Amino acid sequence: MATTTMDKANSLMRAFRRLGFDGWAIGAVAVAALVATPLIAVVIIAVAPSGDIWSHLSSTVLPLYIEKTLFLLLGVGVGTFVIGTGTAWLVTMCRFPGRWFFNWALLLPLAVPAYVLAFVVTDQLEYAGTLQVWLREIFGWKNRQDYWFPEIRSLGGAIAVMTLVLYPYVYLLSRAAFLEQSVCVLEVSRTLGKGPWRGFFSVALPLARPAIVVGVTLALMEALNDFGTVEFFAVPTFTAGIYDVWLNMNSVAGAAQMASVMMVLVLALIGTERFARRGQRYHHTSSKYSTLPSHRLESWTAAFAFVACLLPVLLGFALPAGVLTAYALEFYSDTLSAKFFTYAANSLSLSAIAAGLAVLIGLFLAYGSRLGGGPVVKAATRFASIGYAVPGAILAIGVMIPLARLDNALDGLSQQVLGIPTGLLLSGTIVAVVYGYVARFLALSYGTLEASLDKITPSMDGAARTLGCTPGQALRRVHFPLVRGSLLTAALLVFVDCMKELPLTIILRPFNYETLATFVFQYASDELLEESALGALTIVAAGILPVILLSLTIVRSRPGHPAGGMAADTGPEVAVP
Amino acid sequence: MSGLHLNNVSHAFNSGNPVLNGVSVFVAPGELVCLLGPSGCGKTTLLRVAAGLEHLQVGQVTIGERVVAEGRHGKHIPTEKRGIGLMFQDYALFPHLNVLENVTFGLPENAADRRQWALSALSRMGLADYAASYPHILSGGQQQRVALLRALAPEPRVLLLDEPFSGLDVTRRVDIRAETLGLLKETDVATLMVTHDPEEAMFMADRILVMDEGRVIQDGTPVETYFEPLTAFVAALFGPVNRLQGMVRDGHVATILGDFGAQHLEDGAPVEILIRHEGLRLSATGQGAEIQPGEIPCKPAPVDNENSAGACGRMLSARPLGRSSHVELVLTAEDGTEIILEARIPGVFLPQPGAEVLVTANPRQTHVFLAS
Repeated sequence: MATTTMDKANSLMRAFRRLGFDGWAIGAVAVAALVATPLIAVVIIAVAPSGDIWSHLSSTVLPLYIEKTLFLLLGVGVGTFVIGTGTAWLVTMCRFPGRWFFNWALLLPLAVPAYVLAFVVTDQLEYAGTLQVWLREIFGWKNRQDYWFPEIRSLGGAIAVMTLVLYPYVYLLSRAAFLEQSVCVLEVSRTLGKGPWRGFFSVALPLARPAIVVGVTLALMEALNDFGTVEFFAVPTFTAGIYDVWLNMNSVAGAAQMASVMMVLVLALIGTERFARRGQRYHHTSSKYSTLPSHRLESWTAAFAFVACLLPVLLGFALPAGVLTAYALEFYSDTLSAKFFTYAANSLSLSAIAAGLAVLIGLFLAYGSRLGGGPVVKAATRFASIGYAVPGAILAIGVMIPLARLDNALDGLSQQVLGIPTGLLLSGTIVAVVYGYVARFLALSYGTLEASLDKITPSMDGAARTLGCTPGQALRRVHFPLVRGSLLTAALLVFVDCMKELPLTIILRPFNYETLATFVFQYASDELLEESALGALTIVAAGILPVILLSLTIVRSRPGHPAGGMAADTGPEVAVP
Repeated sequence: MSGLHLNNVSHAFNSGNPVLNGVSVFVAPGELVCLLGPSGCGKTTLLRVAAGLEHLQVGQVTIGERVVAEGRHGKHIPTEKRGIGLMFQDYALFPHLNVLENVTFGLPENAADRRQWALSALSRMGLADYAASYPHILSGGQQQRVALLRALAPEPRVLLLDEPFSGLDVTRRVDIRAETLGLLKETDVATLMVTHDPEEAMFMADRILVMDEGRVIQDGTPVETYFEPLTAFVAALFGPVNRLQGMVRDGHVATILGDFGAQHLEDGAPVEILIRHEGLRLSATGQGAEIQPGEIPCKPAPVDNENSAGACGRMLSARPLGRSSHVELVLTAEDGTEIILEARIPGVFLPQPGAEVLVTANPRQTHVFLAS
């Protein structure tokens, strides 16, 4: 009897092995499944019929959500494309005063969450804000009826704000693509009689297109994810709608239905991004690089270039950082009395736990798929790291529903067996928040670690194995020391994104539990920006850390020497598989 | 049976094309066997299957007395438990460990005697001063030695070498390969080495296994493989050849250079005659370019064990290569067709173009195969 069971187990193992499975692979698939559960949950809920909510939604708010979301994406897409590629072209191909400063300074707005900029811009530009007060004093206007001023809290305002903080994605990728282009190709276009501007439009831009598309789609994914800005500006996009339907109309199913419609948009973006990335590979054509020819710009063109690069930095970073610093200095005692340290500690610990977990899981998955688990493991890992594209509001629903089910099941079991109700163990606790963070940001750590492991030749693994190491020992003795630097980078990236994260946190956090992000959002929404300035400034300060990392790699890579810069340039922030 | 035994191994990758097709290899302890073949013939895959880095699909792998992999039953002893050493083409030295740490990587904590061995081996290889250095400052030859010592340190029963000298420049290669052979012959390890360089295989191997398209075509000593190639492919693998066409008559095949034995082939079979460049012997007839070619026929030479009857040829070109000369000449057949032959002559042999030479072929370096 025992032998037949053993035989059965053995033959099962063999069957697994024939599919490319072993202990590591099974573990990798299990972990990947756990991380992917929220995504699967959303899909299942979306597919499950729940008739009347659906018809209600589609007859009332849905068309509006679709319209506003599409306009938002269109605006942000065009805006980030123009600013991102324009500034990238100027700093890589032209010489004008301040070029080296702008080279890295153009990344700074990346540190500012869109909602923070939204609060600052509103604070400064609305009726009682600095600018309008100033205008009224100069022109002697008495009230609103005397002059026209654009409405800040509008779709247009949201587009402007998001464009200003998201264009660095496009800047970063198109800059790398321009640097990578062979000078010869550009010079050929000059010899064929095309001027620098026509060269840009007919050669450089088409060559950089795949990179630009990736940059724009990443920016659009962030725009789709945004909750703070659209909520504050009262722009009814999908993310705002999901929040509204769930928390205000108290309809989880309705929220899930909306999430499923939104997933169509997300999938379109993921598809576009993947397709563009595939195209990118064909562009490493010529290995001949020399110092890029930089046109020296004269007088007014130089001034134009200077202003064109200065404005995004000024509006996207200097303005919010300056205003927040001024408020923080003036009102810090108010912030401190509002339990700033508690919120900061909450943010730090949540982000640190999530970063640690994301790095551990990322390393496990990257190493697991390196061990050659076959197509099943590879597909599972890829799916697990798709969370970066899924808006936080959707993921929140996907986390909430399975955890609530699990809680109910545990509670029921406990009541049956022990006679004691357990209540909510997972949902509505920080476990849910951390789960959401890891599901959303795993791609950052996984991508970074996978890229880093890829640089280790497979024969290193083979050498370690033939010298007597098990896969685990090889990981500890060979791979771990070699990727240590990347582990830190990966942890930092996840940490900072968790600090900034708003929609997931606001939906999943325990009752009355505040992080810096939710605290800033709550206070600033109630027109108490001054009191929350220190919190917002802390988030921006944390966001500067990865920007410094990226800037360093940019400064190290000189134009015409893309070998040093290319890999790192497209590096951490966008290192998605 | 000890040593390494690969029995009837077949292997295919996802694309479905078989990379290995019923390959059997045996390497005895202390023996060095070379797998020789063009790139893509499956030799590296065979090495990886032996190491366990690639799962065995069909066949059996035995190391020492122990079956370590069986295709049919799915048995697979993991690489680290097989007691093998593998030296990679790129050496795969661990960049974060110094030379001594690299060499002792595979040793258990308490193997004091082997650590001593590592130190003395390093100093014997002239690497004592580099024990605390990191791999990236070493030259290619030094890295190769460290990789070899690292693979040998745990005293594996089987050593697998994947193109161990291909990363070295030509001048260093000759020295290092002699040094490597000396080191291996001191141990009792069964060595299976992969190479695409026939000269390297001849120098290193006790036996050469010629592989093509996933099959072993010939298994023999270097001398056997060179002088008695079983197929035209094997013959051509060991250096450039001249190819003539012919037909078997009474166990012989007649060519412009004389008759060659073809007892193993059927009468009337169309054949291809392969003559190595170094198998042609030329002697100047003393007739210079100023005499009309063919006007004074050169005398046929007496046929012996080393020379065929031969024929008269006219020089087209001759170039010095240092230790030998490369010669191109043309022969005119009875029906008037011209046959161009190439030869490699030891030393400096540079007749003027147009000069007449007597061409004979060494039957031991002339091979007759059924035309494909």
